[in-house]
Amino acid sequence: MKLHIKNGRLIDPANNIDRVTDLFVVDGKVAAIGDAPAGFTADTTIDAANRVVAPGLVDLSARLREPGYEYKATLESEMRAAVQGGVTSLVCPPDTDPVLDEPGLVEMLKHRARNLDLANVHPLGALTMGLKGQALTEMAELTEAGCIGFAQAEVPILDTNVLLRALQYAKTFGYTVWLRPQDAHIGRGGVAHSGPLASRLGLSGVPVMAETIALHTIFELVRSTGARVHLCRLSSAAGLELVRAAKKEGLPVTCDVGVHHLHMTDADIGFFDSNARLTPPLRSGRDRDAISAALLDGTIDAVCSDHTPVDDDEKLLPFAEASPGATGLELLLSLTLKWAEEQRGQDALPRALAMITSNAARTAGLPAGQLGVGAQADIVVFDPATRWKVEGAALASQGKHTPFLGFEVSGQVQATVVGGRIAFQR
Amino acid sequence: MPILHNNPQLNKNGELQHLLTIEGLPKAIINHILDTAQSFVGISDREVKKVPLMRGKSVFNLFFENSTRTRTTFEIASKRLSADVINLNIQASSTTKGESLLDTIDNLAAMHADMFVVRHAQSGAPYLIAKHLNDSGQKDIHVVNAGDGRHAHPTQGLLDMYTIRHYKQDFTNLRVAIVGDILHSRVARSDIHALTTLGVPEVRAIGPQTLLPGGLEHMGVRVFNDMDEGLKDVDVIIMLRLQNERMSGALLPSAQEYFKSYGLTPERLALAKPDAIVMHPGPMNRGVEIDSAVADGKQAVILPQVTFGIAVRMAVMSILAGGRA
Amino acid sequence: MPTTKQDFDAEALYRALLEQVRAGLADVPDAAIVGIHSGGAWLAERLAGDLDLQSRLGFIDVSFYRDDYARKGLHPDVKPTHIGFNVDGATILLVDDVLYTGRTTRAAINVLFDYGRPACIKLAALADRGGRELPVAPDFVGVTTTLEGAQLLSLARDASGQLSLTIEEDNADSAQ
Repeated sequence: MKLHIKNGRLIDPANNIDRVTDLFVVDGKVAAIGDAPAGFTADTTIDAANRVVAPGLVDLSARLREPGYEYKATLESEMRAAVQGGVTSLVCPPDTDPVLDEPGLVEMLKHRARNLDLANVHPLGALTMGLKGQALTEMAELTEAGCIGFAQAEVPILDTNVLLRALQYAKTFGYTVWLRPQDAHIGRGGVAHSGPLASRLGLSGVPVMAETIALHTIFELVRSTGARVHLCRLSSAAGLELVRAAKKEGLPVTCDVGVHHLHMTDADIGFFDSNARLTPPLRSGRDRDAISAALLDGTIDAVCSDHTPVDDDEKLLPFAEASPGATGLELLLSLTLKWAEEQRGQDALPRALAMITSNAARTAGLPAGQLGVGAQADIVVFDPATRWKVEGAALASQGKHTPFLGFEVSGQVQATVVGGRIAFQR
Repeated sequence: MPILHNNPQLNKNGELQHLLTIEGLPKAIINHILDTAQSFVGISDREVKKVPLMRGKSVFNLFFENSTRTRTTFEIASKRLSADVINLNIQASSTTKGESLLDTIDNLAAMHADMFVVRHAQSGAPYLIAKHLNDSGQKDIHVVNAGDGRHAHPTQGLLDMYTIRHYKQDFTNLRVAIVGDILHSRVARSDIHALTTLGVPEVRAIGPQTLLPGGLEHMGVRVFNDMDEGLKDVDVIIMLRLQNERMSGALLPSAQEYFKSYGLTPERLALAKPDAIVMHPGPMNRGVEIDSAVADGKQAVILPQVTFGIAVRMAVMSILAGGRA
Repeated sequence: MPTTKQDFDAEALYRALLEQVRAGLADVPDAAIVGIHSGGAWLAERLAGDLDLQSRLGFIDVSFYRDDYARKGLHPDVKPTHIGFNVDGATILLVDDVLYTGRTTRAAINVLFDYGRPACIKLAALADRGGRELPVAPDFVGVTTTLEGAQLLSLARDASGQLSLTIEEDNADSAQ
């Protein structure tokens, strides 16, 4: 298929491109930028005047709820949500039911995703069987089946010795281990950031200490094993400070933050709004500001949506009983653009886009997130100026809950191309 | 970046539609409730202890967390207003069969309830109910929070203020100490908000580190770990109940040790002002947080609190149920 | 904006009322007098003093018995109700300042019946301004007159205890 995307502002952070130009796609790959390749006649043309043309977004955490949680969402609806949000590659955590700890399950998931022919799905395999923190999984088999790394999702490993062995094993084969820095006991049962607001509201708190103590442990184990670790969903100023120091020391660590945490704080819980029930919890203004600074100075490698569809029955409950999580695939772009707009005095758009394209891809070890000649033609065309209202009807995902419900945000995807094929067009 | 939140306890005109918490209640509304309570105190002395204000209205006591004493005082208050009272002990009924909280509410609203008095183990549950009633157009059903998790117990806070006003009159020159497990106490939180709103210049929290929440200073409270220091020259002492669970949660070693450092004994009481009053939301653990000599002594006003509690609850319910001038 | 006009000599009206009551209660030596706050209470106090019935004096606030609670909510300033005698079997003179729709009288009777079963209730008012909405009639009255709906007739008492009765124009809903 020959695709011509014309007149758009092409922003490709990996290749340092930011100019109005044309893009040409042949047989699923980027064939040329600027001038058409010899003998090119387009089968399809997209006029991207006043639009941005960027690499398709790479989302480092999106729960698709299959297998096992089909009542919350299905692969069909969530993959549709992905391309509607401009996401062309996504990484899904292993906390499905059953847990992704068997190669057969991973193969089936990849097979189902391939058949839908929408975004590219890259599963994380479970680090331990059943995520129980005892027996190691067959990491080599799982990698062969398509896993790009190994994780424990939200389940902390209680036995530090097991975590040590898992990291040693992963290091043997060069696998990356994705870990949530979260102490197993401190803050257990907590539902909000430990601080004056949680005290006032009478909510159980998760102290920052739960994150920093876990980070210290992880860094010690990394020092000892040399294993590569990607830290998932940093939430605090103190935690980011530790990551900064670890990187300076030369430890092979990377980290991401959830896109909701770029903007919201614990104050957004308001009158016990369970849409603001997230994990890690939304923390203080100081922590949010530290996240912003860490995005600017490179301490944070990528921003992800942490897409977690939760159905109504699980949110219309008292705050502490509600299931944590927010829908995110269709908000990743707009909320990242919102952050960029708020960085006064500099055009932060290319840097912001890098967080959800090239940086994210590099962190996950994926050949995606960039549009050099010969690259896979995963492309998003969006209008940064169009405003839209975040409401159930506007979302393709079955997850309709986010603290941004009712807000108007900027940035609307006009078209999403995956492997040279138009997967979504408005 | 704040989400737009509408305070669900006030209606568009700033009038009280539900009583969910004392926090954010204007001082004028608090005083109005206390003044109204005053006019209800005399009714208990009459032959016919009733006024017809809520005749024909149905008050549903929804207790998702057990409490015979609070439920009883609300029941008495409702009946003194001539309302019909239905008691629902939700433990034993539909929610254990898996019915959601909001489905239970919808079912009861369909039975033409006028008022829900709700006690729940989760902070924020009454807000969920009030928001649901507002959103589903059932604006004439009022919600009274009878205690939600650790968050608030507004009628207790109000009756504590009524008690203090009765004995001390002027809030603006008082030192008030709250002693005990403030971390887990919704009564403490409501008292703190009421005291600071009414202009009490010094509110003190006294307890061991493990029982004090972070951020108390943000609420306008001076923290003391040493009870003898904390009680010096106070005018009002509010003692909180120590629950047995605290020992099993690694928060305290034993009740005996707690009493040694934080029990209100006659010797400790003597450190406060000679006319200081001793309050307790009840039920008391004698010998754990309070010595019997103090509980039965002349400075204790614990039983009057109970009497005032009925009048205060009558005031809250009749203000909510009344129309708007 | 209220305009005041001294149309009535309240003290003279009181004296007239007192004589009617004295005559009417001549054969009830232990009559009780109950005044409805606030104006009725002042009058009741005076009558009890002049008739030497201070030990049989009571005061009622009808705020909790009004029929407009569902519309208007609680009155902001509720005064104490105090009945110091046994209502059962008593002959009670109920005293109000201005008799208008009759609803206040209805409420006051309900209050009394919550205290016991009186043998007989008689009604005294300083002024009857007509406009009855219930079947209520005074037994003793100082003056009968008619006023427009938008007018208020109110009794006031100064620091020395002197009574005055004035007509005011009222913008607010003046339903009794």
